[in-house]
Amino acid sequence: MDSVVLLRPVPDPVEELELNDDGSDLDRDYLGYVLNEFDDHALEEALLLKEATGGTLTVLGLGSADEMEQILYTALAKGADEAIKLGDELEHLSISSQAEIFVSALEGRSFDLVLTGVQAADELNGQLAVRVAAKLGIPHVSVVVGASADNGSVKVTKEFWGGITADYQIQTPAVLGIQAARQAPRYVAVSLIRQAQQGGDLSETDVDPPPDTSGVRVISVRVPEAGEGAEMIEGDEEAAATKIVEIIRSAGVK
Amino acid sequence: MICQGELTETSFELIAQARSVATQTGGRVVAGLVGSDITALAAELGGADRIVVVDDPAFENFSPDGHAAVFGSLIGDSSVVLVPYTSMGMDVASAISATSGMPLVSFCTAISVDGGLGATCQLYAGKIEADVTVDGDRAIFAVLTGSASADGGRSGGAAEVEQVDNPLEMTLRSTCLGIAEPEGGDVDITSEEVLVVVGRGIESEDNIAEAQELADLLGGAVAGSRPIIDQGWLAKDRQVGKSGLTVKPKLYLTLGVSGAPEHIEGMKDAETIISVNTDPQAPIFGVAHYGWVGDIFDLLPELVDKLEAD
Ligand SMILES: Cc1cc2nc3c(=O)[nH]c(=O)nc-3n(C[C@H](O)[C@H](O)[C@H](O)COP(=O)(O)OP(=O)(O)OC[C@H]3O[C@@H](n4cnc5c(N)ncnc54)[C@H](O)[C@@H]3O)c2cc1C
Ligand SMILES: Nc1ncnc2c1ncn2[C@@H]1O[C@H](COP(=O)(O)O)[C@@H](O)[C@H]1O
Repeated sequence: MDSVVLLRPVPDPVEELELNDDGSDLDRDYLGYVLNEFDDHALEEALLLKEATGGTLTVLGLGSADEMEQILYTALAKGADEAIKLGDELEHLSISSQAEIFVSALEGRSFDLVLTGVQAADELNGQLAVRVAAKLGIPHVSVVVGASADNGSVKVTKEFWGGITADYQIQTPAVLGIQAARQAPRYVAVSLIRQAQQGGDLSETDVDPPPDTSGVRVISVRVPEAGEGAEMIEGDEEAAATKIVEIIRSAGVK
Repeated sequence: MICQGELTETSFELIAQARSVATQTGGRVVAGLVGSDITALAAELGGADRIVVVDDPAFENFSPDGHAAVFGSLIGDSSVVLVPYTSMGMDVASAISATSGMPLVSFCTAISVDGGLGATCQLYAGKIEADVTVDGDRAIFAVLTGSASADGGRSGGAAEVEQVDNPLEMTLRSTCLGIAEPEGGDVDITSEEVLVVVGRGIESEDNIAEAQELADLLGGAVAGSRPIIDQGWLAKDRQVGKSGLTVKPKLYLTLGVSGAPEHIEGMKDAETIISVNTDPQAPIFGVAHYGWVGDIFDLLPELVDKLEAD
């Protein structure tokens, strides 16, 4: 089973998000980026598949965030065979453009599965997994919470809601939008990441940003008013605890 | 969309939103109904002006490529296509955008038609709101659950029903092997009056004991956000949200939950919501009735002490 995992950095959700001067986008100059958490699950699921069935695992990382190389070295340290960084001077791209770049990188490669996160926090115009599948003309399943392979056939579990799931048999090659791997993404020792850095299995491919065909334009962005609707409790933890007990009692809870 | 033989609530929410677009543009609301043995469900879609039904055994179960293709063929020359941003909708919306070339806007909470087609969207897990516009006069909108009232979409249309033969000539490349329901656990969080809900801010499985202590004092149960369940720290039937359960307890107390749209979807109608988070920007404070910006590990011991003394 040969797999390719598509990795995208997204603004670190823990950081405060600030807007640029004309309010048309985030102020990206000072943003810290992390790997999209669902892509991390996609990588984990691909590692589990590789451990179970053998084959190769390639990771493709998109974009020029400073953190991209670290993300790719981490993937190598976890067990990927090859890592490729796509593009060095890319601005923020629509999902249509991201799909186009990933598809160019996939063309000419042989693979059974492409895995990526079911969504990313900035997917304004659709799911990358489904767009990549459409461009390649191959099937897709989104919201996948586990995959297995034997005898050239792949079985995936898709989650609906309330814990309801459905199993699908899917023709390969196919693209999976991973919601959660069968197990939480593994941690990897810093020493192994350092080893991967010295191993030199990271290559770079230049990418000319494609023209944006998304047809979607952001007019303005804003940070929703903090605590809109909520009455914010002031004071230290003791004051907060007193107030919260009061609220609990007046909510009719004993 | 249909799940387990029933129309989903989001179907009615979309019809309500489509009605508001149609009223402003002078258009009609058309509902696409696809499945096997589902024609009778059209009677519930009185909020639409026309219901196009594809009733065929090929669609007995949801099929990512099959449903995408059939809905893609049903949209015809409609100018506004609304798809729910749900597990099924995710496989459909992007695929029909790719094949039709119509622009797609995700994470929508509202559609606007004056001054060109556009939408309001929630990005970055609800931390940022964006107003967007689309090129041209046709677009697909993937709408977040809970963006409109389902009751607004249950009636008020002309409800003409039209049967259409299965238009697909393709062989489906994904076959459903079976559907599994979760096993019931010891606690049914949908019937608890008090839920203490832990998010990633709880940091470790061991710390959940502190939340449990609080829940015990309040006669309630502990529930969690998705990452807590994915970590295996709580059972699947304790998950609140889009892919978990929808709850409406008397008291919903969140500890270190950021309030992503997928979480909010499952709890926004709780009677009293109290949220604790170190991040003043956390979107959970947008739905909470009361909020405290601070560390849950500072608060929990105080809260437990006060309740024990009470
Ligand atoms: C198809 C799909 C379905 C999904 N379904 C669900 C679902 O059913 N339910 C669900 O919950 N999610 C669901 N998600 C995931 C969702 O997008 C978010 O990733 C998730 O809700 C985030 O969980 P969280 O708030 O616990 O974690 P985070 O977003 O990481 O938030 C943790 C919060 O804790 C705060 N914090 C950290 N330390 C402390 C401290 N010491 N004291 C106080 N606060 C602290 C941080 O400021 C942060 O706001 C789904 C996603 C997808 C794509
Ligand atoms: N003990 C933990 N278990 C699970 N997730 C964590 C834990 N600690 C931090 N996180 C979250 O996991 C993500 C990656 O964290 P880190 O391991 O610090 O890179 C961040 O979003 C953290 O909030």
